[in-house]
Amino acid sequence: MSRRFINRGDKPTKTGFGEGLLASGIRHPEVIALGADITASVGVNLFAERFPNQFVSLGIAEQNCVGVAAGLALEGKIPVFSTYGVFAALRTTDQIRVSVCYNNLHVVIGGAHAGLSVGPDGATHQALEDLAIMRVLPNMTVLSPCDATQTKIATQQAIHHTEGPVYIRFGRAAMPDFTSENQSFEVGKAQLLHAGDDVTIIATGHLVWEALQAAYTLKEEQIHARVINLHTIKPIDKEIIVKAARETGAVITAEEHQVTGGLGSAVAEVLACEYPVPMKFVGMPDRFGESGDPKELMKKYQLTDLAIVQAVQTLLTTKSYP
Amino acid sequence: MIQPKVNDPLLLQEISAEIRRSVITTLSQAGSGHLGASLGLADLFTCLYFSVLAHDPADPLWPGRDRLILSIGHAAPVLYTTLARVGYFPEQELATLRKLGSRLQGHPGREHGLPGLELSAGSLGQGLSVSVGRALAAKMDDQSWRVFCILGDGELQEGSVWEAAMAAAHLKLDNLIAIVDRNGVQIDGKTEDVMALEPLKEKWRAFGWEVVECDGNNHQDILTSIHLVQQVPHKPGVILAYTKMGKGVGSIEGDYRWHGKAPSKQEASRFLRELDKEVS
Repeated sequence: MSRRFINRGDKPTKTGFGEGLLASGIRHPEVIALGADITASVGVNLFAERFPNQFVSLGIAEQNCVGVAAGLALEGKIPVFSTYGVFAALRTTDQIRVSVCYNNLHVVIGGAHAGLSVGPDGATHQALEDLAIMRVLPNMTVLSPCDATQTKIATQQAIHHTEGPVYIRFGRAAMPDFTSENQSFEVGKAQLLHAGDDVTIIATGHLVWEALQAAYTLKEEQIHARVINLHTIKPIDKEIIVKAARETGAVITAEEHQVTGGLGSAVAEVLACEYPVPMKFVGMPDRFGESGDPKELMKKYQLTDLAIVQAVQTLLTTKSYP
Repeated sequence: MIQPKVNDPLLLQEISAEIRRSVITTLSQAGSGHLGASLGLADLFTCLYFSVLAHDPADPLWPGRDRLILSIGHAAPVLYTTLARVGYFPEQELATLRKLGSRLQGHPGREHGLPGLELSAGSLGQGLSVSVGRALAAKMDDQSWRVFCILGDGELQEGSVWEAAMAAAHLKLDNLIAIVDRNGVQIDGKTEDVMALEPLKEKWRAFGWEVVECDGNNHQDILTSIHLVQQVPHKPGVILAYTKMGKGVGSIEGDYRWHGKAPSKQEASRFLRELDKEVS
């Protein structure tokens, strides 16, 4: 568990989604992808080219896309609707709530270009609220895989091995691809990526790589950080979180999302009831993003390994409650 | 057994009157709910469930059935009373409408297990999109069943309805029939004062639909329209059904104040008397 993860090369998580969707369509004519105009940019084009009869173009009309997906699901199809996370989760929230979640239908919603790392397009296109909004909906499963390889596996799991509505989030920027193709991945079961008993870093999405780098840096200072990849925001893996809090006594969360309502809040909700320990949240501090190169933005808004290291150092000075 | 079709006009009249009576009684027992649209839609629901839809009350999920999607969830009382009358569940259960633990939610909720419900709905503007999805699935699987979607006219102010309208025509869904309850009123008043919908026929035509208008409180006219609107291949059909909100109870017909109200016990007995007078 103390092995170092190696970056096999940067790759966008949206590529993993596209590959996972493509693989899911093979011998599964019931998988139907819905396009909302930006199919190539969200990775659906591969599927559309390979399975033209399982692809439906519905134009720039996201609310209708979600309703159509609900109708298809009622008839036994497995609809996969993907567009930018800001539209997939926010433009359509009421349709997702009533037509999909209240009817408890197996619709897979792909939230592309999630997080700050979408970069130059600026705040309108940076989904930083989607996890909060999706996780509050009854019946919804929320996935936030950490790299392209895991996104491919998570997409297949979402389509073929999950019941009810699923939201899966992924990004556009090329980011380190480091998890194994043979990893055990189970929806609702977080992954322990790095052992340690001094502090726990629970991260999701792109921040998992940053958390690992932070753990490697901290190790040089004799601080042994445990790193958990919480790829399923809901249903949340309470067991691994409580165990980590009990064994390390301090928890940092790290996400490319508003601190309000996302991964940090989800973890805090568990710990507040089960095992309160001092916490710190690394994430967007209740504000909009802006245009810029993804790496510059991550640095400016402190969504980096360095920011995690600093959060750990601060937290450890106040580790136990008085 | 597939529901046999009723062709006798007198029997259809009688069923509609029973449904109206049942709507008034049920809403009065519930103490809240939407009376106006349910009374106005009684003739349409009678025609659909007793003469048009292929369905089987003993086998609600029969794969070959026609699907009826109620997009205006607030018209649940007319759906429930019709489903009970046609045999999906005992009519005594109507007395539980809107009560704790009931399968008859204020707006339809499938998770409560009422047989015959095709969709949980209530937030306006969503049913037509779901209908498009179901009709599309039928086309993909070469199935011949049809999808009927009941919309309110005020509901057409929701932009998402027009997204769905565009999609249905684009996808050439001639197995989809939308029926608009054109009663001309909504909670705040007349639709044309709140947010004008006219010219409505032209709007649907421009969106690529076959449009038929009818008197939505006249059985023969309803049945003819449903037949006519399905005659054009590769085009979805819409029926603009001109109904009277509160139809059957003369003193409240067309009165928008009865959109979202339930009658008190006294009002209910007065309305039932008015209804009997109308029928006789």
